[in-house]
This record gives sequence, C-alpha cells and structure tokens, in this order.
Amino acid sequence: MAKTYSAGVKAYRETYWTPDYSVKETDILACFKITPQDGVPREEVAAAVAAESSTGTWTTVWTDLLTDLDYYKGRCYAIEDVPGDDTCFYAFIAYPIDLFEEGSVVNVLTSLVGNVFGFKALRALRLEDIRFPVAYVMTCNGPPQGITTERDILNKYGRPFLGCTIKPKLGLSAKNYGRACYEGLRGGLDFTKDDENINSQPFMRWRARFDFVQEAIVKAEAETGERKGHYLNVTAPTYDEMMKRAEYAKEIGSPIIMHDYLTGGLTANTGLAQWCQDNGMLLHIHRAMHAVLDRNPHHGIHFRVLAKVLRLSGGDHLHSGTVVGKLEGDREATLGWIDIMRDSFIKEDRSRGIFFDQDWGAMPGVIPVASGGIHVWHMPALVNIFGDDSCLQFGGGTLGHPWGNAAGAAANRVAVEACVEARNMGVELEKEGKSILTKAAASSPELKIAMETWKEIKFEFDTVDKIDVAHK
Amino acid sequence: MSDVQDYESSLGNPAVSRKFETFSYLPTLTEESLRAQIQYIVNKGWNPGIEHTEPAHSMSNYWYMWKLPLFGETDVDVILKELEACHKAHPDNHVRLLGFDNFAQSAGASMVIYRGVAV
Repeated sequence: MAKTYSAGVKAYRETYWTPDYSVKETDILACFKITPQDGVPREEVAAAVAAESSTGTWTTVWTDLLTDLDYYKGRCYAIEDVPGDDTCFYAFIAYPIDLFEEGSVVNVLTSLVGNVFGFKALRALRLEDIRFPVAYVMTCNGPPQGITTERDILNKYGRPFLGCTIKPKLGLSAKNYGRACYEGLRGGLDFTKDDENINSQPFMRWRARFDFVQEAIVKAEAETGERKGHYLNVTAPTYDEMMKRAEYAKEIGSPIIMHDYLTGGLTANTGLAQWCQDNGMLLHIHRAMHAVLDRNPHHGIHFRVLAKVLRLSGGDHLHSGTVVGKLEGDREATLGWIDIMRDSFIKEDRSRGIFFDQDWGAMPGVIPVASGGIHVWHMPALVNIFGDDSCLQFGGGTLGHPWGNAAGAAANRVAVEACVEARNMGVELEKEGKSILTKAAASSPELKIAMETWKEIKFEFDTVDKIDVAHK
Repeated sequence: MSDVQDYESSLGNPAVSRKFETFSYLPTLTEESLRAQIQYIVNKGWNPGIEHTEPAHSMSNYWYMWKLPLFGETDVDVILKELEACHKAHPDNHVRLLGFDNFAQSAGASMVIYRGVAV
C-alpha cells in the first residue's frame, strides 16, 4: 500500500538507522568518527549524519513520496565505540552507488563531507575511511601511467626513486634554479622537484623555469647516461592556464609534471590526470592543505581517505609522509595508507586504521613520496618502511651538503644503493643501518661527510593524530 | 673553500661520469654480494634474464636478449655461467642481469654486471 503524506519533523533514526541492513557489494561505505553534542543519543546523531550526507533534510517533504526513498537513502548500519575515547563513536554508513556520478570523486566528497560537517547536533565529525566498491573504482580514470609504466619510462628497477625539492622554496631566478636542478641530477638523483608554492611568480615566471630546467635534464642525462626528470609544477590560477603550462612541458620533452590536488582542486586534478594519460606524461601530486583537513583526530577527513580520492582522481606520485622526518605521521597509519596507494587489494586492518577491505580492481597504483626533513641517516629506515616502489626525497638533505648538490645527490644515491644491496643480502636494515652506511662511506667521500654533517639531527616529537587504541 | 671537494663528472669523461642505474654508484659488487643478489631474484620467484648492448646505445629500452629469460632457473651457478658466456661472446658490451616479476609485469631487479668501454 502506498505511503501517506504527513508533514512535520520525524526523528532521523526512524528512517536512517537500520541496524539490520546487510551491506551490498556495490554500496559505497563510510566510517565516520562522530563527537555528538551532550545529550544527543548515538543512534539519532548517526542517523542524522547518514541523512544529511545523502537524501535527507530536517523535515519531511511531500516530494519524498515521488521516489523510492528507501532505496536511495544512505543509512547507518552499525555503531562502535572508539577505543580509548568516550567522547566519540564510529558510525558506519552505506550509500547506494546510484547516489554518485560515475568517475567523480568531486561528487562523492560533496555528499560525504558536505553540509553534514556543519550540522549543529555534532560537536565534531571526522571521515575515517571510505570503501569504494570496485564497480565505482572502474568508472574512474585513476593514475595516468601507474608504477610499472613509470619504471619502464625511466628505466629504474629494483630500488626506490630518489628525488630532491629545490630550495630555497622561493626567490631563485630561473637560471640559478636550473643550475640547482642540474647539479642534483648529475650527482645521481632521478628527479628534482618544484616546491609546491613555486607557480609563476615575478622572480621566476613558469616559462623561463621550464626552459632552464629542461636544459638541466638533457645535460644531466647525457652526462650520466641515466634518465632524469623534474616535476614541473603546473598548478595555476585557472584550468586553462594550468593546461597551457602542461602542454608546454610536454612540448619541450619533460617526462613529468606536478599538481597540488587539494589547493588546485579535484576537478582540475581529474582533468589534468586524464590529459597526462592521453599525452604520455607522468603526474606528481603534492598535498598542500592536507594537514588542515586530516590532522585533528576528531574533525576533518583522514589522510587515508584523501589518498584513496587521489588514486581515483589520478596521480602517479603522492606525498605520504616519512614517519622519520620533520612532518607528522604515525608509523602504523602511514604503512596503512601507503598500502592503500600501491596495492591492488587491501584488507581491513584496524591496527593500521583501515576500516574496510578495499579492492582496486585493475586500477594502477600510486608511488608514495617520502619527503620532509630526511637525510642520509634515515635511509635504512626509509628503505625498510617504504620498499622499492617509493620515491625518497631529500631537499635540505641534498642541497645542504657541504660540497653542494651534486655531492649531496651522490651521497644519497650511494646510501640508497648500499641499503638495497644489504637488504637483498638479508641484512636487517634498521638494526644494521649504521654499519651499512659506514661501510658504503669508505668508498664515497660524499657520503662520509654527509654522515658527519647530519649526525645529530632528529625529529622526535609525539604524533598528534594517532591510531585509536584502548588506554584504560 | 679549500676543504670543499669537487664532484667530478662531465660529458667528456665517460669512464668517470656514465652510470648504469641500480648499484652503479657502489664499487663493483663482490663475488659474495653478486651471488646474494642472484639468490634474492631466485627467492622472490622472479625469472632471471640477461641482456647486453653496445655502450653507444645503452639509452635504448631494448638491449639484445641473451637467449631467452632463464624461466624457472634457480641455480645461482648456472645464472653466473650464463652471464659469463654472454660477456665472453660480447666483451665490449654492457651486460645486465634482470629479475622479471611476471605479476608486477616489471623487472624487480636490474643491474649491470659487466661494463663495456664507456662512451
């Protein structure tokens, strides 16, 4: 029998709290950490989150009856305690796949982290994880090239990629900037990188930078006989301007460009990634603004979600944190999201903060980039944590070498190769790190002096955003 | 500045400047390490493969295959002998050893074992 219309306000839980629901393979699932206002029951606030992030609004409307709302609604199907924190709880919400435009992470986020985050009954809300069903994954374009193709384009096998962000971040002229790149590349780096805030400022317009840097790449390749690249940052004020820079990078023969996917925006990123795939370009992704979204343990979007979103939107590299360097990143959580970037299937693992199985189907992986306050002494730990399918980036740890960038680059290259050699021989890297590096330094004066220069630098601060574990 | 050391490399000095990707910034692998690197390829379940090229064409993706990849070969001595045989047949060429990972559709390892005359 058809439903009758009854105007007024109904408790959300009457419609959107469905503990008996069995999840469909095609559902998009989300885990939210909800901190309710005092006195609001868990089921009611969880149902409200399901409603406000899908079909619902605060009051009944007659047009609800023109559709099959029981099919289209998002629904909360489970609630769990957060280990060690009574102020909040986890709510698991299922959304039918029909709610989202194909291939649009923009549309998914607009629903899941849209108005609902300002909802008054919540003190705070955090999106911890999303399970994208493989049916949805396959509608997205994903990484332009993927890890296998990147290795083939660059002829680098059996070790991590090695990079360096050019410093100072701002203020160099294009020619001096190209010099810094050239020195790093000829010393043994695979990549140099524009810093994220290098776009096209008056002191160095993009076009001059691209020209000088490309000359640096060509010369370093001829000198070393190895293939090189520089992430030319095409992040720009408008989409058209961004594409103009991307087209020019391709025209001069650059193998890779770079984009800031959060400040630049996901629409721009998805379009650029598609263009990169069509034009044989690699795409390096920076994540400026991520810590605004992901650092507060009670509010925002967890980085593992942002990493999944990037893999769907498209990028070949994504900054992942280093665990050991100057920037925030819990070790187990980082291991979790680097799996999310690279693997084709990731199992639920609460010890790494992974709330759902994630099947990526045929979608290629993204290379995690470890960058920020790392130097040669970190190399054994980095190779152990990140493995070969990674890019280790030493900015200050290259450019700050007492003999300059080329020597700094060579020191890092010797160190990474020594660690890979030792690992393959069965040596435990983090335990034997010092002796591995000391032995390698015997035939590399560049490494020896680098080890002396950075011996005492450590970044031992406690992590702000930790995995939730019981501590009572 | 007297304590700053020059980093020597140039277009005109190929013997010092040209590199060969993984392990080419280390001294030549010792016998022990080379055996261990081959054993690592075997332990990973990868297929060993040998390729060589004239040094002037080392930037090409396609080096000459020495026979076919040694599918299923797990004997380190056999693999070492094949490397030697390739080197003997092409003494002026670079010879590299790869470990083909058929699941990743990529080489899990690649290293130049014999270096030809640098150009």
